[in-house]
Amino acid sequence: MIDIKELQTFEHDVIVVGAGGSGLRAAIECSVQGMSTAVVCKSLLGKAHTVMAEGGVAASLGNADARDNWKIHFRDTMRGGKFLNDWKMAEHHAKEAADRVNELEEWGAVFDRTKDGLINQRNFGGHRYPRLAHVGDRTGLEIIRTLQDYAVHRENIKVYMECTALGLLKDGERISGLIAYWRDSGEFILFKAKAVILATGGAGRAWRVTSNSWEYTGDGYALAYHAGTELINMEFTQFHPTGMVWPHSVKGILVTEGVRGDGGILLNSEKERFMFRYVPEKFAPETADTEEEGDRWLAGDKTARRPPELITRDEVARAITKEINEGRGSPHGGVFLDIATRIPAEKIKKKLPSMYHQFKVLANLDITKEPMEVGPTLHYFMGGVRVDSDTQMSRVPGLFACGECSGGMHGSNRLGGNSLSDILVFGRLAGLGAKNYVNSLSNKPNIDASQVNEIIKNATDILNRESGTNPYLIHEDLQDVMNRYVNIVRTEEELKTAILELERIKHGAAKVKAVGASQYNPGWHEALSIGNLLISAEAVTLAALMREESRGAHTRLDFPGERDEWLKYIITISKNKDGSMKIEKIERPSPPKELAEIAYAKIEELEK
Amino acid sequence: MIERNFKIWRGNSKGGDFVNYKISIDEGMVVLDALKLIQADQANDLGLRWNCKAGKCGSCSMEINGKPKLACMDRVTDYKEDSQITVRPVKTFPVIKDLVTDLSWNYEQNKRIPPFKPKPRENGAKYRMQQEDVDRVQEFRKCIECYLCQNVCHILRDQEKKNKFVGPRFMIRLASLEMHPLDTEDRIPAIKNEYGSGYCNITKCCTEVCPESIKITDNGIIPIKERVVDRFYDPVLKLFRVFSGSKK
Repeated sequence: MIDIKELQTFEHDVIVVGAGGSGLRAAIECSVQGMSTAVVCKSLLGKAHTVMAEGGVAASLGNADARDNWKIHFRDTMRGGKFLNDWKMAEHHAKEAADRVNELEEWGAVFDRTKDGLINQRNFGGHRYPRLAHVGDRTGLEIIRTLQDYAVHRENIKVYMECTALGLLKDGERISGLIAYWRDSGEFILFKAKAVILATGGAGRAWRVTSNSWEYTGDGYALAYHAGTELINMEFTQFHPTGMVWPHSVKGILVTEGVRGDGGILLNSEKERFMFRYVPEKFAPETADTEEEGDRWLAGDKTARRPPELITRDEVARAITKEINEGRGSPHGGVFLDIATRIPAEKIKKKLPSMYHQFKVLANLDITKEPMEVGPTLHYFMGGVRVDSDTQMSRVPGLFACGECSGGMHGSNRLGGNSLSDILVFGRLAGLGAKNYVNSLSNKPNIDASQVNEIIKNATDILNRESGTNPYLIHEDLQDVMNRYVNIVRTEEELKTAILELERIKHGAAKVKAVGASQYNPGWHEALSIGNLLISAEAVTLAALMREESRGAHTRLDFPGERDEWLKYIITISKNKDGSMKIEKIERPSPPKELAEIAYAKIEELEK
Repeated sequence: MIERNFKIWRGNSKGGDFVNYKISIDEGMVVLDALKLIQADQANDLGLRWNCKAGKCGSCSMEINGKPKLACMDRVTDYKEDSQITVRPVKTFPVIKDLVTDLSWNYEQNKRIPPFKPKPRENGAKYRMQQEDVDRVQEFRKCIECYLCQNVCHILRDQEKKNKFVGPRFMIRLASLEMHPLDTEDRIPAIKNEYGSGYCNITKCCTEVCPESIKITDNGIIPIKERVVDRFYDPVLKLFRVFSGSKK
């Protein structure tokens, strides 16, 4: 037994876990609201996965096309999510995104400009108008650096870098703090707090082919799950259509949708622009019939319709998969993405500098001369912690979630660019929600020593056991299983196999062993993340098995097409008293009338 | 698959030494892939930082065969097939463990720099800036904070004057603020007196190692030094300022 008085202890009003865009925006809001705020992050500050977001942040600023407004952004988002989105969240998002982008400019962000000197906006899949405020193809870096520089100058924010959260603490039903450890020393830390905001992103590292960094191990999902919240929409995992496929060691690294937004086209091995064959009925009236019309649209002709490469990510990813499976793929198992023949080399280097650099260095390929080879890569979790649409609080009092870690906003499929806006809008709302909750407390929550001891014992057991399994091998095993059985196209048989395989891996993971001491020991860090990855993977698999339809990013070969009946339900995952995973099908409330009218409106009605 | 030899520095603040590893290399692998492979198969506790693995986050800075580089953008096949690849942590910052160093000094410098202070919006209108006026600022804002420039800066690396000079990274951070069309803060006196702009002797080593190809010296440090000179050493301007009361 550890005497908790001997633990290194910090006390704050709020602990924000994660220092990507949503975590930093939440922390800034907490600070503005006058709360003592801690940011606990696994990496160094400014390295979070937000830096990988390339294309831009979606907001109906109306700078590039004055017809744009929040209602059309809302409609696009609902259609993209196949109407499974949380209506109120999608409303908050579409209404508030523009203010959040303008606010970033006040904090020092330098977006690309229009000829008139305003923030420029680019086209992206599923967005009716050029809507993505951007900085070349490094928008995420701009956002994280802006938030980081703003946050470090606020006196009531303290950043705990390279510090990993291990478990949440509760006083009865409500949150009382968390246990973390310093990565460099391995020392444990007790954080006492009135509220915790989870902003830990998704769990893409459960797959072998992913655009996600090592941090994406579903920590927030697991922390929330163990603390008694529900996870929702976990079956909806977004496969970005364009990840690198070669060389093998870089397989999965993201190729921005901005390539297609700026005119890039997809070709199969027969040089056919195959996307024209894959436009679903829903998008047909707003999609070009011919290459000539698509080109006119790209040139700014307002009477023309968008090229088919710019329909939503789920459709494009599925089309690419089908082309590859039917033998029309590229030499390394992808399809071709061509920008070289579409726009001049100098413009490519100016608009897509990091793509140019990435392919030049990693694949020995000049994208101004040759087409890229691309294929789907696990990119984003639409699902996550179930939260209140206005406050971002989960069903555990004092526990909040925002950004990719929370679920609902994007429904069954997220539009590109809606993530960078999501993190800003809901980061801020989580901060406000936390403030209201903290204000409502009449007394400080207490720390329960037995909870502290249990968390620490589970972590140290991994170091202390005599022998056991190599954590890296367990992780690879998991990645193979998810890539093989819970991929972009799913079947009952494969999902059931996955469940058996996950049971097998869980069994091995219980005996995981980290060699060496606790000081900066990546093997131990890896071992500690395995449990989180397994919970995330199991949640995805169970939910994918339950949802017997194909909707958005979730495709069931044995249940093709959307089923109207399923639009009424979302799937929740929570923890049973016996520790097993509970899965439920829950009826959604009917949509607010005024929002439904906008979502199902004809586009012309909203352009007025 | 080709066998390659790696010599990796292992140790901590008390000391350490190089350890040899032999692994099979796949086509297209970068040094970071090799290190991760060694970590997974032979040395689970090998201390190593990385995040995006695509040259966008600046976490995996290290010295590879003596050259400061991002391990994620350095292809193994660029080195001669029969040669050994030597990897050690960056020299300018104290070692924590293996290839991981303590970079906290850099974060302290950023805190010392007065933040962006924009002029107010005119009647709540949108800010307007021309692209050509922000091109230079955007060049500096490409910085991924890999701190390779800090690592090779003679003032920090050899002369150990961390208490006198903030280093190239923060000189371009200052430049990005000073050249921002909307900014109203005056940092020129502090650039001279507190951040030590005079220490830089323009050897351009920082520019050479920048993975983002930012022209740190020519476009950032030299113009900033010129602004300091204009303010403090130009007698005509100095006289003019006395009478006009102007700041910049």
